[in-house]
Amino acid sequence: MLRKSIALAALGLALISGPALAAGEPKEPRSVAWTFAGPFGKFDAAQVQRGYKVYREVCAACHSMDLMFFRNLGQKHGPFYDPKYPNPNDNPYVKSLAKDIQVNDIDSETGDTIQRAALPADKFPLPFPNEAAARASNGGAAPPDLSVITKSREGGPDYIYSLLTGYVNAPAGLTVGPGQYYNPYMPGDLKSYWTGKGEAPKGGFIAMAPPLAVDKVTFDDGTKSTVDQQARDVVAFLAWASEPKQTERKQFGLGAMIYLFIFTLLLWFSYKRVWRNIAH
Amino acid sequence: MSGHSTYEPKSGFERWLDVRLPIVRLMNDTIVTFPTPKNLNYWFTFGGILALVLGLQIVTGIVLAMHYVPNADMAFASVERIMRDVNYGWLIRYMHSNGASMFFLAVYLHMFRGLYYGSYKAPREVLWILGCTIYLVMIITAFMGYVLPWGQMSFHGAVVITNLVGSLPIVGGPITTWLWGGFAVDNATLNRFFSLHYLLPFVIAGLVILHIWALHVTGNNNPTGVNVKSENDTVPFHPYYTVKDGFAIGVFLLLYMSFVFYNPNALGDPVNYVPANPLVTPAHIVPEWYLLPFYAILRAVPDKLGGVILMFGAIAVLFLLPWLDTSKVRSMRYRPTARLYFFIFVFVSLVLGYCGGQLPDGQVIPGLSGLVLLDADINSFVWLSRVATLYYFAYFLIILPMLGLTETPLPVPESISDPVLSHPASTPVGAMAAPEKRG
Repeated sequence: MLRKSIALAALGLALISGPALAAGEPKEPRSVAWTFAGPFGKFDAAQVQRGYKVYREVCAACHSMDLMFFRNLGQKHGPFYDPKYPNPNDNPYVKSLAKDIQVNDIDSETGDTIQRAALPADKFPLPFPNEAAARASNGGAAPPDLSVITKSREGGPDYIYSLLTGYVNAPAGLTVGPGQYYNPYMPGDLKSYWTGKGEAPKGGFIAMAPPLAVDKVTFDDGTKSTVDQQARDVVAFLAWASEPKQTERKQFGLGAMIYLFIFTLLLWFSYKRVWRNIAH
Repeated sequence: MSGHSTYEPKSGFERWLDVRLPIVRLMNDTIVTFPTPKNLNYWFTFGGILALVLGLQIVTGIVLAMHYVPNADMAFASVERIMRDVNYGWLIRYMHSNGASMFFLAVYLHMFRGLYYGSYKAPREVLWILGCTIYLVMIITAFMGYVLPWGQMSFHGAVVITNLVGSLPIVGGPITTWLWGGFAVDNATLNRFFSLHYLLPFVIAGLVILHIWALHVTGNNNPTGVNVKSENDTVPFHPYYTVKDGFAIGVFLLLYMSFVFYNPNALGDPVNYVPANPLVTPAHIVPEWYLLPFYAILRAVPDKLGGVILMFGAIAVLFLLPWLDTSKVRSMRYRPTARLYFFIFVFVSLVLGYCGGQLPDGQVIPGLSGLVLLDADINSFVWLSRVATLYYFAYFLIILPMLGLTETPLPVPESISDPVLSHPASTPVGAMAAPEKRG
């Protein structure tokens, strides 16, 4: 009886966890073997460093990362972490990365708005002063903030990777509006834009032009700069930025789980011993 | 609490205190010497697990409240900041958010056990009603807590649920405005939800004390459903059940922590990591998994007010259960017919949960287009929800009242020790010294 009930409950949970899908399902994202996947996964620092460069040189022109500070780049498990500088604000590499970027400030003497080189304690600056400006420069679609992008989308890193590398020419019979691009991984409903034969193609329209191109970013470590490589690297960076404590969480978790397991085992033996003379 | 007390004050101070405030005696009678049936199985460990989870939710919640900012412009960023910049903030926040799911998982298993073994029947009606009240307050608390991160699902979930009140005739509109503290879900709503989310867990804790008090007046039910007859049937709570509950808590924590450390967002909706935007409605508004069955019942009814009434009715009917079940036999071990209907009920509740997560007009069997009945295709989740809702209510309002009068239960053992010494599975039916007992 107990076993049957557990099996039933497990079946129920499996049913409940089925993802809720919107109308006009997009293509299933391609799965990538991320270094940070799984309970022992870790970020590849070199990859996240390259990813930061892709973000900085390509994405940052339109996409903000409002929750990110330059100091985050040098914190433990961050891409530019250096054990010599436990305080990331002292990390010279982070300092020099910040210095390349201008941020707004107020001159404390005159009260005027000025621009100065960023410090590690500064936030990543916003590409547009406000949402209206972001919309106006992007054909009406405000580019989403990328701070937690990999956990705010169904499919996570796989989805972002598939979207970035998944641009294809719109199939004949699909009317694509100006400033719009067809992407099979983008959620949407194309029925009313479809005049071709059969069912409307999977996917949707996105206002972002294909952002990546061969050799668009030069990697300092000599990695060949293909679209696929750029996409993988920038997604690794975005996944790290979405969960900067992910590695710490998994490492802490391993110890906690081992502790709990031993604790539970001891309780099991105590239980067996305490109850040994009771018929039940 | 349970009447007789065997507590002997050991030190001078304890003797002094015992005649002034017998708190040590109370604790001793409650968690040390309390006579507990010796045949409780693992389904009976969820009470202890729930007490622990409530404690963890309160402790993590208090720490989160030290860092959280209940302001519509800052709430979302403050939650992320807790996970990025507060020491072990990620641990505290993920324990709290996954703790809500684990709380409901444990409470559903606790209720499943109560329903299966008839723990709601006389003399435990008040105990059961207190439990139902705790569950109701838990739902309200969880809903308000889910609003606090002020993500897209927080905001639009709050809009959908608070608008339900608006379906009440005449008073609905003014009450909704009063709940919101304005004319839309906004900063005032967030502030009061935060205040109430902090208050209600202590209300739950108070109800839990009453629940345990009521439990200790009547004593535990047990898998046979037979009353405790003699001291042979019981063991003291400590160490027998402290160690058994402790082991169950260990196993439960392993499950809970595997979510916290390795899959902290698996039970949540990714859309809630998009900051709330009143102008953009998510494609598909769904509550957290633990409220999906009620959401399915709500959407099963074409009329809004009718849906609201049925949704609350689905919880209200639980309060009446002690008087709806007419059978005198507590445990479904001895009620094979009722057991069958009960397992269908459990399955139907899971089906409702599944339907709650789907689009109402989505096809249950893909590609098959059936007959359009009333407003929707028969092969749609809305119709599946309707059928399931019908069974949900029929189980409580028709099946249980009727079964008690018509079914023939199996022989019930004379005492708890009886089947312990000779388990029914290994004994010929005739060997049991029990007459036919009918409800």
